[in-house]
Amino acid sequence: MSTSERAFRDPAPAPATIGRPPDYLHESHTLRSWFLTTDHKRIALLYLAAITAFFVVGAIAAGLIRLSLVVPNGEIFTNDTYNKIFTVHGVVMVWFFLIPSIPATFGNFLIPLMIGARDLAFPRLNLLSWYIFVGGALFTLADLIIGGVDTGWTFYAPFSTTFSNTYVIPALIGVIIVGFSSILTGLNFVVTIHAMRAPGMTWFRMPIFVWTHYATSLIFLLATPVITIALILLLMERAFGIGVFDPALGGDPVLFEHLFWFYSHPAVYIMVLPGMGVISEIVPAFAQKRIFGYRFIAYATIGLASITFVVWGHHMFVNGIGTGAAVVFSVLSFAVAVPSAVKVYNWTATIYKGRIRLQTPMLYAMGYIGLFVLGGLTGLFLATLAIDEHVHGTYFVVAHFHYIMVGGTMLAFLGGLHFWWPKFTGRLYPEAWGRISAFLIFIGFNVTFFPQFLLGYLGMPRRYHDYPPEFQLLNILSSAGATILAAGYLFPMVYLIWSLWFGERASANPWGARGLEWTTPSPPPAHNFARQPIVDFEPYAYPDPPADDDGAAHVG
Amino acid sequence: MNPQQQALSLWPSAASAAATSADHLIWSFTALTLVLVVPIFLGIAWFALRYRDGKTANRRLRHGHDRMIELGWMIIPFVLTLIFFVWGMRLFVDQKLPPANAMRIEAIGRQWMWKFEHPGGQAEINDLHVPAGQPVLINMISQDVIHGLYVPALRIQMETLPGRYTQLWFNADRVGTYRLLCSEFCGTDHSTMVGLLYVMTPADYAAWLARSHHGERIVSAGRRLFASYGCAGCHDGGTVAAPALAGLYGQVAANGAYVDDTYLRSAILDPDSTRVPGQPAVMPPFKGVVSEDDLFRLIAYIKSLDPAAEASR
Repeated sequence: MSTSERAFRDPAPAPATIGRPPDYLHESHTLRSWFLTTDHKRIALLYLAAITAFFVVGAIAAGLIRLSLVVPNGEIFTNDTYNKIFTVHGVVMVWFFLIPSIPATFGNFLIPLMIGARDLAFPRLNLLSWYIFVGGALFTLADLIIGGVDTGWTFYAPFSTTFSNTYVIPALIGVIIVGFSSILTGLNFVVTIHAMRAPGMTWFRMPIFVWTHYATSLIFLLATPVITIALILLLMERAFGIGVFDPALGGDPVLFEHLFWFYSHPAVYIMVLPGMGVISEIVPAFAQKRIFGYRFIAYATIGLASITFVVWGHHMFVNGIGTGAAVVFSVLSFAVAVPSAVKVYNWTATIYKGRIRLQTPMLYAMGYIGLFVLGGLTGLFLATLAIDEHVHGTYFVVAHFHYIMVGGTMLAFLGGLHFWWPKFTGRLYPEAWGRISAFLIFIGFNVTFFPQFLLGYLGMPRRYHDYPPEFQLLNILSSAGATILAAGYLFPMVYLIWSLWFGERASANPWGARGLEWTTPSPPPAHNFARQPIVDFEPYAYPDPPADDDGAAHVG
Repeated sequence: MNPQQQALSLWPSAASAAATSADHLIWSFTALTLVLVVPIFLGIAWFALRYRDGKTANRRLRHGHDRMIELGWMIIPFVLTLIFFVWGMRLFVDQKLPPANAMRIEAIGRQWMWKFEHPGGQAEINDLHVPAGQPVLINMISQDVIHGLYVPALRIQMETLPGRYTQLWFNADRVGTYRLLCSEFCGTDHSTMVGLLYVMTPADYAAWLARSHHGERIVSAGRRLFASYGCAGCHDGGTVAAPALAGLYGQVAANGAYVDDTYLRSAILDPDSTRVPGQPAVMPPFKGVVSEDDLFRLIAYIKSLDPAAEASR
């Protein structure tokens, strides 16, 4: 048994505080040491604070949307106010929460730890990314304060360029700026993963979490510049009347749809792939079993990141696109089912004959799998041309992408937050509260969004403030679910903060998990590892159960 | 049945055979979805209980068929779902091929109303009356932003674009009143850009046409505009060698482009965009001069020109 492997099997008890080098949280305490830090772990926490703030903004907007939709006649807000609220919800949740959520926090914190590096390749660039992110976000906040924007997060031209009477330009500038943060983070991750893996950390010894972040980073690098360019063109048309998209100025509005979705479909995978990485870490840890089909999952990750670039047209089946193009985009979209199925079936197979502990992260992971499967298969409904012709632009689409983004990304984010919370903070969260909130979120989510599939079939278009009365009961049900969901979100915000001071102290590896991040103390020292790790083991090296397994608990 | 009288409905009514076909597709795909997801859900729940930590269970793993298993769950669900790709594609393609006898209705979307004009010149706002059992083709364009014409009871919609015609056809064969909505966000009053589709018996429709106000038939209005905008001066003979328009529609023009409604629209508004390089720029642009309403009338007139009749003149 090699040294590093022994470190896995028998994690050294955390030495007494005296004489132990201070961890990254306690190394220094000044504000300056946080706001000018180049430590990837501290930057990750800066991101965590920023995106949590944006999540709260987006969630309040979501609550106002659900409040408004309790009544069919749009009596609670004016039309313009409602349009601004859903735009805030979309813009903030997509660009300021979902896209950076897992990569910028967990990715930042964990990639160096998982591959045995001291930091990311470009620590100062990493800090710059955070400042760019916050700077861009401030433009958007300023927009809210001066009066808001009503274009929807999709910014379709020529409405956004010529017809909207709201503050489109600051919102565009904010999103454009934030795009550079994504690009720099993606660049940092790609270089780090290529160049800074510990000795022995071959590509196929990397955790799936690292694979998914590698794929995500490639999408950041290849797709984000397209939206940046598209939004700059939008800005030039709105600000200077340079005709690109508005036919009255000689432009083409369908061109904007193409450019927008060429980024925004891959952006879905920016949100989804990191979540898949989180689930691929949680499931083996709580099944105490090697992940099933490691290589297939790794290839499926790259497969998803590739296919995602050739399916954008499925957002445009009803805009007069040629029939041949529609058919090609439809069948390519169906191909997404193959790598997605690989993931889901492999997670399920990992649970089979494992040693399952149903703690909070595992509850989130199981919820994730269920919701991702439903979200994914309803995506195939939308890829089916004749079905899309009916439910395009309706609440069916809204339900579908919330199953993917909330059911998927958000559940993975919360699962990962609980899973790595001991590593981030050195404290354990209260398990009972964790389980309660996981159940609340799962139930609240389904009560909120399942009725929206039915509303979509019935023909309720999205972004409708004033809707036909026959949709009211389902909308009330959906709003009721949103209150359960809100409670589910509030609990972790309270008890996780509580645990920072009062939570039980965590050992280096409280879950008996495999992976280099669990070999270093919780929280890790500023330089991550006391000695350069040398990797001579496979990923997810959980032991096979003994032949005469009697079910007695084995501590990982 | 008035759509406004239901407190809760769980499935929309279907106004056409195509809508019923789409429902069959949706229900069948839902059945396949259940076949695919129920085993996963039950499997996860069963495994989590059966193999819970501390429980006695046979956890011995048999390796050896992993690759076959992986290939199996990659290929089998994909092939099953491809059935629905083909099915959905066939319905969609049918939806793109309007029958030759379709009655044509011109539609204009603008913030925030729909305007429909029947061939006889009867115009209506937001509501649309059509005869049951008669294929109807809606040729639509937007005056401002992108809208979307959506009739849930027909299970179809089409974006209404500025600067370009898009089309939708249906054969509503069930008499009734159905909702007609804007499905693409278009600004402040997007959610009030709605109306009703009245599918009437042919006799009722004829009676409705007769009692509706109308000016002239679309084609004759087009002929009048063709003269009043001065088009006739060059295109109906005259001293300038303007291209003959009769029979042009549906052909390939001298510049190599296919002549459809959008092409004729561009040629009128911005003749430079369709001019053959090297030809003199004689025709003035009509951008900002001819309204969308007059454009579809002019185009209807140009399409109605019979080359044989022109030749014999």
